[in-house]
Amino acid sequence: MQVYLPIAEMTVPALLILGMGGLVGFLSGMFGVGGGFLMTPLLIFIGVPPPVAVGTQANQLVAASVSGVLAHWRRGNVDVKMGLVMLAGSAVGTIIGVWLFGMLQRLGQIDLVIGLSYVVFLTTISVLMLIESLRAMLRGRNGAAASRRAKLHHHNWLHGLPFKTRFPKSRLYVSALLPLGIGALGGLMVAIMGIGGGFFLVPMMIYLLGMPASSVAGTSLFQIIFSTAIATFLHAYQNHTVDVLLALILLAGGVIGAQFGTRAASSLKAEHARFLLGLMVLAVGIRLAWDLFTPPVDPFNVTVMSEQMR
Amino acid sequence: MRVGQALPDGRVGWYVVFWIGIALAASSHARAQELVVDLSSHLIAISTAFTGTDVVLFGALDGPGDVVVIVRGPENEVVVRRMVPAAGIWVNAESMMFGDVPGFYGVASNRPIENFADDPVLERQGVGVDYLRLDPIDPGDATEAEIASFRDALIRDRQREGLYGADIGQVLFLGDRLFRTHVHFPANIPTGQYTVSALLFRDGQVAAAQTTPLIVSKIGPAAEIFAFAHNSAAAYGLIAIVIAIFSGWLAAVVFRRG
Repeated sequence: MQVYLPIAEMTVPALLILGMGGLVGFLSGMFGVGGGFLMTPLLIFIGVPPPVAVGTQANQLVAASVSGVLAHWRRGNVDVKMGLVMLAGSAVGTIIGVWLFGMLQRLGQIDLVIGLSYVVFLTTISVLMLIESLRAMLRGRNGAAASRRAKLHHHNWLHGLPFKTRFPKSRLYVSALLPLGIGALGGLMVAIMGIGGGFFLVPMMIYLLGMPASSVAGTSLFQIIFSTAIATFLHAYQNHTVDVLLALILLAGGVIGAQFGTRAASSLKAEHARFLLGLMVLAVGIRLAWDLFTPPVDPFNVTVMSEQMR
Repeated sequence: MRVGQALPDGRVGWYVVFWIGIALAASSHARAQELVVDLSSHLIAISTAFTGTDVVLFGALDGPGDVVVIVRGPENEVVVRRMVPAAGIWVNAESMMFGDVPGFYGVASNRPIENFADDPVLERQGVGVDYLRLDPIDPGDATEAEIASFRDALIRDRQREGLYGADIGQVLFLGDRLFRTHVHFPANIPTGQYTVSALLFRDGQVAAAQTTPLIVSKIGPAAEIFAFAHNSAAAYGLIAIVIAIFSGWLAAVVFRRG
């Protein structure tokens, strides 16, 4: 069945979109990431204009995150205080990001910036994740995993930052500037890359904040609900690039997929999940880097000036 | 019946009505007018099920001649950018803006145009992609060759999208006077005001011309969503968020009980 998307102004097969939503939703529930880093390139690949892909993806992520966070909420895996502090940072990051997005669009450099940020962040984060999870797996094999938990975070300059705050749920006493800063970077990513930023937030929360792995996925999803909602509003308001119909089809597939993903996650060891996620993120990063370096079929490209770009 | 596909279904009926009408017109008082054309429909309605459509142009002419039909879509400003490798990465470098670029352009004729019209005439009338008037808004110090390469790139892009006809379509004559042609509009056509012009060529010159309008517009839920998203952007954004929160919650609840 073909469906005409009113904002993207194109006709697509509904089943293809539904399937893409389901697949990405499954991964989203499984790893606690929004899956935007897969969905946005997929949407662009099937011909959705990049700005519409980013704006719509933000909208879709609101639903996927709500659906995902409820499952974690019931298991008590959400650190609300930590989530709110990160949210304050991400609100600022998102607003700056949407403004930056519009400016880059006018300059004709948005595609390059989207591509480059994907490649840099995806490869860096994935390599770090792969190394860490491999180490954790090796430790587990040596039977020493349990005793290492306390040494996950080492004391360094980060712990000398001001505004130290207690986060009882995560049993942490760290500077509020850390979750604020992480949130702000995450917000930038929501706005510019059309991703929830989970693949960035999760490792940061584990390695930089030292949060227990059990509450990381739930807390990042909790925070992503709000940052993607802000991004959705700003993209819809300023750029008119949120396609509700596309988002609805994506999230119909996505929310169903997320439920199965959340279940699959509980039967998967945390380090195994991180290793798999790392591999997947790396694969997407390499694929996008390939596109940046490959000579285009036609070195010219054409953009119709829309009213807000004039 | 889906609106986007209404035309093929009703085409047989249209033919009959049209041919009778045109035959009558041609036989009686059409002497004064050398060329008469009309479309099977003056409105292409894009609904959510739109996958492209055909419009039939009918016409009659008085006396001998060749017919060229030109379809032009709504005009826009367009930026063409050239990518160059910088440290191995392909980035957008030079750009050129073109004004009054038609969003759709197609030409049809009853036989190869070069058989009955010379280049100067075609250029003057803007017939064919080669003679389509596309001028940079601010050429600056760009050379003719540079402008041409950007212009060609623009046409190439539109042809890939199926918006500029790569080939000349076929105008079919039935007898000496009656003719018709199909114009195909793909799913990605821009909305707005189109013009369909028919030119009658006789002795290498344009002897008569007629232009008829064609509107491409969105109708139904798609059009309402588009209009709402642009006219009430803030409300649209809020509703999008509410829908997302609700459906996410709904799915979680359904799966918990299921």
